[in-house]
Amino acid sequence: MEPTNDQDPSYYHQVVDCQWACPAHTNVPGYIRLIAQGQFDDAYMLNRESNVFPGILGRTCDRPCEPACRRDRVDGNPVAICRLKRVAADLKGDITDRLPAIPAEKNGKRVACVGAGPSSLTVANDLMPHGYNVVMFEQFDRPGGLMRTNIPEFRLPDKVLDSETQVILDMGVEVRYNSPVTSLRALLDEGFDAVFVGVGAPRGKELDLPGRRDEVESHIHIGIDWLESVAFGHVTEIGKRVLIIGVGNTAMDCCRSSRRLGGTDIKVMARRPREFFKASAWELDDAEEEGVEIVVNHAPKRFVIEDGKLVGMEFDVLEWDEGAKRSTTLSTVTVPCDDVILAIGQENAFPWIERDLGLEFGEWDMPVVDQLTHQSSLPGVFFGGDAAWGPKNIIWAVAHGHAAAISIHNHCTGVALEDRPPVGMTLVSQKMGMSEWSYHNDYNPSPRQKMTHIELTKRFESLDLEVELGFSAEQTAREVQRCLNCDVQTAFEAPLCIECDACIDICPVQCLTITSNGSEADLRGRLSAPSVNLHQALFVSDALPQTGRVMVKDENVCVHCGLCAERCPTSAWDMALFDLQIPYAASANFIPVPQRVASGATAQARR
Amino acid sequence: MPSITKPLIPLAPLAKNELGLTIRDYEGAMSTLCAGCGHDSVTAAIVHTFWELSTPPHMIAKLSGIGCSSKTPTYFVRGAHGFNSAHGRMATIATGANAANRELTYIGISGDGDSLSIGLGHLMHAIRRNVNMVYVIENNGVYGLTKGQMSASADIGSRPKKGEANLLAPIDPITLGLSLGATFLARSFSGDKEQLVPILKAAVAHNGFALIDVISPCVTFNDHEGSTKSYKFMREHEVKEVQTDFVPVRTEIRAKIPNDGATEVVMHDGSVVRFRSVPTGYDPHDRLKVEEYIRDRQSRGEIVTGLLYVDESAKEIHELNDTPAQGLAKIPFAKLCPGSAELAAMQKDFR
Repeated sequence: MEPTNDQDPSYYHQVVDCQWACPAHTNVPGYIRLIAQGQFDDAYMLNRESNVFPGILGRTCDRPCEPACRRDRVDGNPVAICRLKRVAADLKGDITDRLPAIPAEKNGKRVACVGAGPSSLTVANDLMPHGYNVVMFEQFDRPGGLMRTNIPEFRLPDKVLDSETQVILDMGVEVRYNSPVTSLRALLDEGFDAVFVGVGAPRGKELDLPGRRDEVESHIHIGIDWLESVAFGHVTEIGKRVLIIGVGNTAMDCCRSSRRLGGTDIKVMARRPREFFKASAWELDDAEEEGVEIVVNHAPKRFVIEDGKLVGMEFDVLEWDEGAKRSTTLSTVTVPCDDVILAIGQENAFPWIERDLGLEFGEWDMPVVDQLTHQSSLPGVFFGGDAAWGPKNIIWAVAHGHAAAISIHNHCTGVALEDRPPVGMTLVSQKMGMSEWSYHNDYNPSPRQKMTHIELTKRFESLDLEVELGFSAEQTAREVQRCLNCDVQTAFEAPLCIECDACIDICPVQCLTITSNGSEADLRGRLSAPSVNLHQALFVSDALPQTGRVMVKDENVCVHCGLCAERCPTSAWDMALFDLQIPYAASANFIPVPQRVASGATAQARR
Repeated sequence: MPSITKPLIPLAPLAKNELGLTIRDYEGAMSTLCAGCGHDSVTAAIVHTFWELSTPPHMIAKLSGIGCSSKTPTYFVRGAHGFNSAHGRMATIATGANAANRELTYIGISGDGDSLSIGLGHLMHAIRRNVNMVYVIENNGVYGLTKGQMSASADIGSRPKKGEANLLAPIDPITLGLSLGATFLARSFSGDKEQLVPILKAAVAHNGFALIDVISPCVTFNDHEGSTKSYKFMREHEVKEVQTDFVPVRTEIRAKIPNDGATEVVMHDGSVVRFRSVPTGYDPHDRLKVEEYIRDRQSRGEIVTGLLYVDESAKEIHELNDTPAQGLAKIPFAKLCPGSAELAAMQKDFR
């Protein structure tokens, strides 16, 4: 194999599994260390830099970081990253003086954001410090988008949502509430320099089965519309027997909200077996804890309407083959109910975009949007969040907002959209002395801490009672120590190595090997420990000075304990903090990618 | 010394041996030797050896004297029996322990000071008696624990870190062993586990005294320019013409390693040591030729490594003394020490 280029930011970035998996590339180990030190303001600000809404996401994030977490491969349970994020948000003090200064003198550019959801707010957050005038158009009377309308208050309290959205709006964003945009042409005619479309995927999918239109009263609801009505207080009750059709996270919010609005017999009806559910495992657990029954292998067949009144729903009971690709119907059952909520997905809808503007629509009637720049085929019109490529989640919307803000800034300053500031990195030795590091390098065997919930007897008293109580100080102290500090990298300088084998012998997971070079497949077959995870990279050094062999490291389960560096007599191994420099439209300075230099020179630089 | 103990990682993908143990089960306490010490690599090679041989840890006895090398038994096989004896006396204690319980696998760790200076007399008698044990000399040519004076194995002209070059002729444990009738003699290098581990395995299988001289660089006091026992010097002057494979009893020989005309030595337990790519005319059974070969190479400034001499036909200490097959330690006391009446009767026979 060719020697690994560890000056390429993407190499060490991939070693930090959580940061790599996060769409916004949040510096997870960095903020967890700050929480460990009790520096909650610093932890919050580090978090906010990339994900903008730590308090909101600390409760509602889909957590792509957690399945990726190295700790999962080490003891079977990832670090409770999301819960720790909330700790920083809950315990922070006043951070107003740490927010970017907003220039009094504006740069004269006006940007319209359609929708006041997470992607639009991120765009505003990144552009306001540059002196932009951002005008936000919101159909409701409050900001937040789906964070407000689709996530019930018992999961995300209004005060958390209000404070984090308000911080951005207080930068001087002009918000036009109760102003749904009905014509893009009219909006463009207002003379904005750029338009950002962050309207989400606002249309809940319909289930057109027999009986759907026969109802006189309306007891069949579309999930996201119903949640929206609940959020704004238009709906305050529901029947005792409720069926939820679909088993995604929206379904979980629907069933748990129903439980709080008078439902006592609530069933979530799923077509497929449990392992194929879309809902996050923890949301299913929370729903079941609240007495919601989850029924598998039931395919809806028709609504049973008697005298114009919904009395039940008929289902085919299915049996699936392995992989749940094909099913056979075993029988048909009728489940009596008072209300049905349809939560089978949501779609984009752009009735307000005129099709003769030059904005091209492609497959599924979706706008054609550039994956890198977020620009549509109409220059100056950008898309992000669920509006760009269909429903994802909040953290993706934030990532889109950051990327779109860079494009908008380029667009408004006459720079080519593809000419984006580079991703950079710094790598700084953490050596403080003999066998002494600036991070806590010992492996802590603590198990993952369990979130405490408010008691079931109290939980349903009101809709806005937050269920998760947050981590206690003790839980936080234990959980932070589970983080393996994957951003403190084992940096290797081949010219210094005397091949004494000390690192090989000390490594607790046998991830190091000194051997003759070969192809990747060949090397993977000759490692000290079996290579079981082909998704994790092999680090391969330059040829070693004494024998010409190479140092190979399987990154898979390295616990970043630093013992290789402690036992290295020549400091060929060092523990160095990798800091990914992500460019934002709001960053004052972009740090360029360091050029590849001779390893000896970087070793000097590191000391 | 490291700031932390080597942690146990629950899901680390480590292989298991026939006893269901991972290599971590054959480790010991954290080493307190200097970072990069050759001795730590020898320790690791011993860990690999016993793990790969699936030796039950409680059937191993590890012994040592005094010195950096003699600290190392603490760092391997924490489940084994151990004895840290007086300086240079490990061979003696091992002889006694072996006499009392022949059922254990004995491994003694010593250094060039412990074995070639203060303990040389004891080493020579253990060789003579053919005590069934593995005897490892971690040889770095320097007294590391007393800050780097030249030892009895330092080569003529070898320079210490400070001061004058050595003028005294070195004691070579291999040629010494040849002259004393040793039955298993090998030399290796701590930086070459691919060679050292098979030699250690053969030494464990050997029925008698197995002496392994391991050049094990002192990274602090003898790893500089001018040293003849540094990592660099070894890599430049090591001659691995005598290459050996160890084939354990359970391995189907033909399936694993092709036998291309190599010399085979069947060990006492049925395992096989196979010599491959040996120099023409090299006979690992011919004491005189082996010595001639080693001395010839030495005169050219080369260090020959590998399993150099083996004699599997010689009797070990228990066979020489015709002791029972069972360890003496397991024989009931009344039988082992039948009392003064029996003694008197026996003495009467000699009168």
